[in-house]
Amino acid sequence: MNLPYYPGCTLKANASHFEDSAIKAMEILGHQLVEMKDWVCCGTVFSQTDDDLMLHLASIRNLLRAKEQGFDELVTLCSMCYNTLNRSKAFIDSDPDNLKKVTDFMYRENIEYDQDIQVYHLFNILKDRIKYETIEKLVHNPLKSLRLGAYYGCLLVRPKEFAIDDFEEPTIIEDFLRILGAEAIDYPYKLECCGAYQTLTQKDVSVKRCYEILNSAKKANCDAIVTSCPLCAYNLDFLQKEIEKEYVGFVNIPVFYFTELLALALGHTWEASWSELHAVDPLPLLKDKQLI
Amino acid sequence: MFYKLNNKAIKNSLSEQVQEISAQNVFDCYQCGNCSSGCPVVDYMDISPNQVMRLAQFGAIQEILDSETIWICSTCLQCSSRCPKGIDVSKVMEAFRAINLRKRFSKVEPNKTQIQNIKETPPILLVSAMRKMTG
Repeated sequence: MNLPYYPGCTLKANASHFEDSAIKAMEILGHQLVEMKDWVCCGTVFSQTDDDLMLHLASIRNLLRAKEQGFDELVTLCSMCYNTLNRSKAFIDSDPDNLKKVTDFMYRENIEYDQDIQVYHLFNILKDRIKYETIEKLVHNPLKSLRLGAYYGCLLVRPKEFAIDDFEEPTIIEDFLRILGAEAIDYPYKLECCGAYQTLTQKDVSVKRCYEILNSAKKANCDAIVTSCPLCAYNLDFLQKEIEKEYVGFVNIPVFYFTELLALALGHTWEASWSELHAVDPLPLLKDKQLI
Repeated sequence: MFYKLNNKAIKNSLSEQVQEISAQNVFDCYQCGNCSSGCPVVDYMDISPNQVMRLAQFGAIQEILDSETIWICSTCLQCSSRCPKGIDVSKVMEAFRAINLRKRFSKVEPNKTQIQNIKETPPILLVSAMRKMTG
């Protein structure tokens, strides 16, 4: 089955292993992620101002573009795209005035924005459409003895109207890791902010946040962290160099995208190009657990 | 912090602007402090989120506009998800940023960031920071 797919900026650059592993894993599951044409940036962070519709246009235009290509749904891998596309859509759709202004503004488009399009995160598809039980049967390389900490961050669970699971106690990633054969570890900081874009201006904020998250996972005996947000992945993975300098005795911990582990568990070989995009090399851990 | 109450200042054009941009009623806040206790970056703020709400009720908007707090907030929505009165505190924070940004104020200059290696910096970081902090 074909799934219309919206990649977003970072999956075409620093997180290309996220996209690559997702496409390959989905192929094994019998689904093709078909990239929509002519997509643009989703706007990254959702604008919380109530009076500036311009900041939502990028998201709405993407939805319009997808509709134009005959799609009535879009799948995202990136948590931020999922959050922003969905919230912008809800913001515009919920108010007839907003909807009219946005529609009037886009008068030169070939079709009119009709709201009839759904945005899903790949986790929604894996859990509700493909079903975890089906995936479990296809696991050829169970991630035995791998103790993994699910990291949700902010965008998958907040605001609660757009949470992919319970917004205070989600288990959708833990359940996913369990069907892959891994041990899913609960730890207190799994829903905490990683510092997000503060890395650009106030790196010390992100360094401290990431240290607290990673340390919380390590105290719970996690071997690695699993996420679906390229910004969280960057902060948690690449800031470990800074954390080592700041906090004496800190030992590195690998950070995975959930699709890398899905592909690996489904029997796809680990690719060297994926390792290259990690700051903390996950190979020693995977070799130690005899997964590759 | 010290702030002298002024009866005339409570309702002013800036405080009305905040309510209009955020679509939140700051007078709903009864100072339980849940927002500040949940905020992951509160220790880097000069005014805590519940103090922002209180100052906004007093019309002390300029004090908030000049604070570091509004730029430290990364919109993680922890405060909004825990507010017992249903106030979207992060929207109030965004309103203060917006008032500054709409005067062409920028908190970050593209050539003065803390990025050391641009090749390993993901676009999602650059775009989100620029969207939130440049006017």
